[in-house]
Amino acid sequence: MASMSKADIGRFLARQGILIAFAVFIIGFTLANERFLSPDNVMGVVRSSAILGVMALGVTFVVISGNLDLSVGSMMSFSTIVVLDLHDKIGPALAIPAMFAMTLCLGAFIGFLVGYLKLNSLIVTLGMLSAIHGLTLTYSGGQNMDIVDKEGTWFAVFGQGSALGIPVPILIFVLLAALLGIILAKTPFGRTVYAVGGNGTAATFSGIKRARVVFLCYVMSAFCVAVAGLIQASRSLGSQNTVGQGLELDVLAAVILGGASLLGGSGTIFKTVIGVLILGFIQNGLLLVGLQFYVQFVVTWVIIILAVWLDIAAKRGKLWSNIA
Amino acid sequence: MTGQPPALRLEGIVKTFPGVRALDGVSLSVMPGEVHALMGENGAGKSTLMKVLGGIYQPEEGQIIVAEMPTVMTSPLQAKSKGIVFIHQELSLAEELSVAENIYLGELPQLSFGRVDWAKLYTQTDAILEKLKVGFSAKTIVGDLSIANQQMVEIARALTVDAKAVIFDEPTASLTDAEKVVLFDVISDLKSQGVGIIYISHRMEEIFKITDRISVLRDGSYRGTLETRNTNEEEVTQLMIGRALDLSRNASHHEMGNVALEVRGLSCGDLFKDVSFEVRRGEVLGFYGLVGAGRTEIVETLFGLRNPSAGTILLDGEEVHVSSPADAISKGISLVPEDRKGQGLVLGMNCRDNMTLPQVGDLSSGPFVATGAETEIFDKYKDKLDIRTPGWKQTVGNLSGGNQQKIVIGKWLSMHPKVLMVDEPTRGIDVGSKSEIHNLIRELAAQGYAVIVVSSEMPEVLHVSDRIVAMFSGKVMRTFASQEVTEESLIQAISGITATDKVA
Repeated sequence: MASMSKADIGRFLARQGILIAFAVFIIGFTLANERFLSPDNVMGVVRSSAILGVMALGVTFVVISGNLDLSVGSMMSFSTIVVLDLHDKIGPALAIPAMFAMTLCLGAFIGFLVGYLKLNSLIVTLGMLSAIHGLTLTYSGGQNMDIVDKEGTWFAVFGQGSALGIPVPILIFVLLAALLGIILAKTPFGRTVYAVGGNGTAATFSGIKRARVVFLCYVMSAFCVAVAGLIQASRSLGSQNTVGQGLELDVLAAVILGGASLLGGSGTIFKTVIGVLILGFIQNGLLLVGLQFYVQFVVTWVIIILAVWLDIAAKRGKLWSNIA
Repeated sequence: MTGQPPALRLEGIVKTFPGVRALDGVSLSVMPGEVHALMGENGAGKSTLMKVLGGIYQPEEGQIIVAEMPTVMTSPLQAKSKGIVFIHQELSLAEELSVAENIYLGELPQLSFGRVDWAKLYTQTDAILEKLKVGFSAKTIVGDLSIANQQMVEIARALTVDAKAVIFDEPTASLTDAEKVVLFDVISDLKSQGVGIIYISHRMEEIFKITDRISVLRDGSYRGTLETRNTNEEEVTQLMIGRALDLSRNASHHEMGNVALEVRGLSCGDLFKDVSFEVRRGEVLGFYGLVGAGRTEIVETLFGLRNPSAGTILLDGEEVHVSSPADAISKGISLVPEDRKGQGLVLGMNCRDNMTLPQVGDLSSGPFVATGAETEIFDKYKDKLDIRTPGWKQTVGNLSGGNQQKIVIGKWLSMHPKVLMVDEPTRGIDVGSKSEIHNLIRELAAQGYAVIVVSSEMPEVLHVSDRIVAMFSGKVMRTFASQEVTEESLIQAISGITATDKVA
């Protein structure tokens, strides 16, 4: 391609940049540590990405509808603490639906504020991040929550069990991804999510009830958070109040990494799954090459910036803006 | 003018994009003190040429010569420093800042320690504003100004540099007639100061009023330059589209059906008051008036976007209340909105999905969207409306204005509405597609649709309507039958001159 102009190359790099960077990472990590691509490690990465992944599925709906959800991390802490507490009080069979109901209420509340009252989603969910954290602490009295009889409960199956040799968290992630992927890509509701995020005014002018669509996206996100909380609680059968802290950024990083635009209107569930895996492998690789765990907080930030930059660069067709 | 060198000369400009030769050796020369119209259909290459001139695109061949100096343009800022100033159709002002701050943004006069020299700023600005004879001061907040006055601020900003050439891109798109007069005065002042002006517009009337020469582009190549005095609309149009445009009166010859929509005493706050009219099946009812006369607000109310404060709406003789667009659509009232890109389309979505958006909930098999049925609908209306696109997967944002508008029209036709309302059917659409849209509207009436057309363009409203409702300041002044209306009586009605006449 001798005739490729500078702009073409810029556009190509911007479009494929994430995958190229990912490939470089994989090659580098594999050279640095041959265990990186071993089946055990790969399975481990997917398994530990499942909770993040499940949350990212819901946030994908919110982001495509043109909004943000920064509350999912603290909401996941809430779900985990609530289901663990209720497990011993009313038994797992009632604890799970009760926790789902409470989490969905939180999602519905956010959806009401952003959808029907048209409040800015960044402010609403940033506020909810803090408010739900307070709610969780109030609920637990600040204590860690533990199941008393850790050996004798079937509740452990969601986080620790496996079927057909595949860990249950992975199964849940895959099945939920398939279900939500179909809802987003194939149903009338999914279509309206894209329309509302692409151009909310035009959606309204086409008779779409924009507020309702936004509302449902947040309920969907809360549902995913509840599933993630269930897996988390089941995996450890005990938890701190801050178990989901900071996950909102990882989730957002995965969604953007997958290529959903922060401006709304684009993205798919499949791409989000790819984003989740990329993030998981990069964080795992950094650990394997011996970097401290804490480095990954910085790395997550770098990945978000990189992904947002490339998204914008792909739109304007070059990496740098010549204005400013 | 003879003997003087041109203020600005473009020579043999070639610009290609992958697969398209957007500009094919285009030349253009603007004399000092000349108003030079640049015309052509959308996609003819006008905006590409201007982007080359502004340094946004680099041409592969050809050169730009400013006051006899060959110049390489690298950015709009650099073009400005060479005396090439652009007045864009979309304003780029900071609404919260004052007029003076906007004009000198980035180059505010300063005192020591980086403090702004406000006294100097305001004196300088007022001097420029005086030249423009505008009725506001340097301290006015830009957001409080009308669109026309905001445009004046843009022009004032252009005057702060020693402009050799000023490019006006569709400057009158959102101006009222009175505001246009002010703009034209300013242009003639610039002209007398020896500034060369490139004037881009689709509006023939203006072109013939204020320009000296007209250069025409078609399909990226230069088609010729005409002396405005020695030519006429037909000749220019032919040069632009390669054929003549029909803008004759066009009252329907077919039978009208029963009354589809009747509105009695409809009011909405101060926006419009006591509006009554009816439209029959097979009829095109035109709404004509100045910007702000309340026309758009009426159709928006009928579409459920506003709540009427009084009055009744009858659909097929039955009283209805329209609470939301979704409600309007389900009752058979549809609206092609005035802002095609902002309100009509989801630009990032493909053609088919845009067209079927309002009915996507009904087009389902089980829980899923019936994409087969969607594609069928799209293909049917693609043929019916002659929408030119490679296929349904094409992103709507990539289509020309005319084809985009047809997608919006197709969106409603495929749902067989009782009333089709079209607000500014051809805004920003090139002259060729314009006549196609006009014919389409006529044809829809002939097929028995009740159509309401809102337009700011008199030739358009005269061309497509069977009857015309003339509005002034939120009130219906008169309703004309197509055969009886004259341009004079229509202008008088929308200027409020017949306010004392009996309202029809």
